Amino acid sequence: MEDIFNGIEPQVYKSQISVPYQWWAGETASKFFITLRDEKKILGKQCPQCGKVFCPPKKTCTYCYVETNEWKEVGPKGKVLTYTIVYRQLASLKKKVPVACGLIQLEGSDNAMLHYIEEIEPEKITTGMQVEAVFADEKSASIHAISHFRPVK
Amino acid sequence: MAKRRVAIVGTGQTHHRSHRPDVNGQELIHEAVTRALEDADLSIKNIDAILIGNMDHFEGINYVDCWSIDGSGGYHKPVIKLTTGGTTGSTLAIGGYHFVASGMFDKVLIIGWEKNSESDTTGAITTAFDPVWDRLVFAGAISGLAVEAQAYMAKYGATDRDGARVSVRDRKHACNNPYAQLRKEVTLEEVLASPMLADPIHLLDVCPRTDGACAVIMASEEYAEKITSTPDWIWATANRHKYTYLGDVNWGELDSMAQASQDLFKKCGITEPRKQIDVIEMYQPYSFAGIIWIEDMGIVPRGKGAEYIWSGATDMGGELPINPSGGVIACNPIGATGLIRCAEAAMQVMGKAEGRQVPDVNFAVSTGFGGCMWTDMILHGKKKPNL
Amino acid sequence: MEAAIIGIGMTTIEKSKIGATYADLVWEAVNKALNDAGIGIEDIDNVITTSSDFWDGRTISCMAVGDASGVRYKNCSAVEGDGTFGAAYALARTLSGDYNTTLVTAHSKGSESISSIITNAAFDPIYQRSFGLDMISASAMQARAYMHATGTTAEQLALVSCKNHKNAKDNPYAQLPMDITVEDVLNSEMIADPLHKLDCSPVSDGCCAIIIANADFVKKLNVKPVWIKGVAFCADAYFMGDRDLSKARALEEAAKKAYTMAGITNPQKEIDIAEVYDAFTYQELMWIEGLGLAEYGKAGTMLEKGMFNKDGRLPVNPSGGLLSGHPVIAAGLYRIAEVVLQLRGQAGERQVNARRGVAQGVNGLCGQSHCVWVLDKDK
Repeated sequence: MEDIFNGIEPQVYKSQISVPYQWWAGETASKFFITLRDEKKILGKQCPQCGKVFCPPKKTCTYCYVETNEWKEVGPKGKVLTYTIVYRQLASLKKKVPVACGLIQLEGSDNAMLHYIEEIEPEKITTGMQVEAVFADEKSASIHAISHFRPVK
Repeated sequence: MAKRRVAIVGTGQTHHRSHRPDVNGQELIHEAVTRALEDADLSIKNIDAILIGNMDHFEGINYVDCWSIDGSGGYHKPVIKLTTGGTTGSTLAIGGYHFVASGMFDKVLIIGWEKNSESDTTGAITTAFDPVWDRLVFAGAISGLAVEAQAYMAKYGATDRDGARVSVRDRKHACNNPYAQLRKEVTLEEVLASPMLADPIHLLDVCPRTDGACAVIMASEEYAEKITSTPDWIWATANRHKYTYLGDVNWGELDSMAQASQDLFKKCGITEPRKQIDVIEMYQPYSFAGIIWIEDMGIVPRGKGAEYIWSGATDMGGELPINPSGGVIACNPIGATGLIRCAEAAMQVMGKAEGRQVPDVNFAVSTGFGGCMWTDMILHGKKKPNL
Repeated sequence: MEAAIIGIGMTTIEKSKIGATYADLVWEAVNKALNDAGIGIEDIDNVITTSSDFWDGRTISCMAVGDASGVRYKNCSAVEGDGTFGAAYALARTLSGDYNTTLVTAHSKGSESISSIITNAAFDPIYQRSFGLDMISASAMQARAYMHATGTTAEQLALVSCKNHKNAKDNPYAQLPMDITVEDVLNSEMIADPLHKLDCSPVSDGCCAIIIANADFVKKLNVKPVWIKGVAFCADAYFMGDRDLSKARALEEAAKKAYTMAGITNPQKEIDIAEVYDAFTYQELMWIEGLGLAEYGKAGTMLEKGMFNKDGRLPVNPSGGLLSGHPVIAAGLYRIAEVVLQLRGQAGERQVNARRGVAQGVNGLCGQSHCVWVLDKDK
């Protein structure tokens, strides 16, 4: 079927989709972010049925499909469940490599949070390592109110 | 015909609004699903599988079937995503019907949703068209609709007053629907005096942008009659997604509607749709479609759409009420819109439409519109269909 | 189940098919599938296309392939996600009794976009997306979790890559046929620890089409049908932090259901060939276990013993798998098509001895959602 291209140079049309987005965080994530920013406290939310505490918090329990109700303070210490160190400057990365990222289960929480692991040589990170949240100097009502996690000294 | 009978046993929708900053997408979905489960008196544990859909570039979420689990209740369930543009909601309903009819599942949950407030709707829709041939000349959805209206007007001498009459109808109907986004009556003069967006379409002729979700539960015959005493039986489905390029469209007639309705009515033995159908929930994104598309559906002969609309036959209390919910002009969370038509038609058959109930509905039609002038259709009935 | 696959069509999988649009690829695969079944487009009474708006850079991506799939005068629909899910819906339509023959297509041109940015969009924008992870870096976290939990080694992962690239040498459709060693894999660029470049599948272009028909229609044909015995799909929790990434629970559940439908009680004994979704080396091992074809944590050792080689007890990915060519969206449908060829005895140089096979597809990050197909030579 490619024969029709004999003697024809295939032309490539370049473009991109640029659509601006604004994602509403919703009340649950908003409260979590505002508390992070203003009080430097990390909040989880508990399912009334199975008792699991979720951090990052969510409005509904993944497992029971009921609304979570009780806010619980969790962390700021936790452990690394798994992690990666990214060495290639992937197009999606904003930071300069190497970037260490992991799933961190905070004390008092039943799930894990995705975040950077820093203040350690990446090669020395281990699964199960104890880490703690370091808050950012710059105030923001976002997940980046926590700058990163670092090993507990 | 299908091997198993399938019925809608519950529906739920959010109160649709232009912005829902209090919830994220997953939470919006959860609201609609919870209401559908309550309506059917079921719990998420009773659901065998989930179909979900929206249009990716409105929210910028890749793999929505995976992302939506906390909202849909899909944890450790089969979840599949169907999406076909504006027809997404009706496509989902048709999908749910087939999954139950096949015997693969007994009870399925169908979810359509959109948070149009999260992006630039027109910017995203523009990318639907061929990047080399169509995208640079046709911007968004409204230009195509204006071309359709112009072509029809040139052929049959319809005027923008005729279009405005449809908008007046739908906006009046919407006042009876607590879920609709725009619930304000307008006059003909107000429609005609509103800003011209793309000649002959005025601002009040078209649909708004909406945040909203809709959920529908379908069940096989064995379960349907246990779940509710008034199931809405799906008699048949049909669709045509004829065109790939805008330049191929037969402007001024909706071929896809004409062909899909012939297919649909043939499957169900409907020979006189105007007499046999009691109510239509039409995915009608702008007013002129309310005239043109009822001709394609075979409700009235070609060129007679406007006359039929002016007679009041499609108003509440008329011979064949169209869009008792207020339709798409009153509310348009795009990925949910086609499913809302299906849910509203089901509510009419089940006798659950409250302030917007049409009396004695035996047959209802719901439709979806989108893509490149495409149509989806479902025939709903109070009685069981023949197998 | 009263349905069979009566025709398949595949384009070659290549790094960049610069001379072809999506529609051109679909046109090629559809015509091959029709020829394979010995029927014309008029014998097809409905169509399912499978595509992704993100991967295609186009809202309503199904629109682009409508003409090429022959939907113009037919009932049709579109699934977004892996082709195995598109095929699952096609199966439902065929079994519903409303239709006799359903054409399924799935296409992708990874060459036209930047996969890292597209898979980053699979992360939720509120809590996760801004960290800049993508499919490779997320999978690296899963690879580590799996290796940590099972003791599977980097060498065992590398061996998957060696096996599959070697298998690809017998597959004229594969993109990356080559002889490589464990050392080659371990010495290749470390993209996201512990995944090396040769642990990852490439970016690819390709399209696959299959035709599903009901038993009555099959009787009219003069082809070798491959019978569909079991199909199931299942999704896990969304947030990676809500899952035990070291386990493929959703796959286990889907496989269990599919086997039950097929009347299979001991998959290790009753399945003769598996085409699995090896987007990364570790995934082949995890999915083999998730599919019940090896005990949890034992696939690496079995691989070392050669059990998954082409001449082993249970050949896995004799086609070369995704590691040798990964047109996203189409990848799972290629797995089905490959199993069909094997069961018909038409797999050429890559033919293995098989009566019953399993094919698998995946949606989302780190195998969040799986679709499992059990196919049989006999009804």
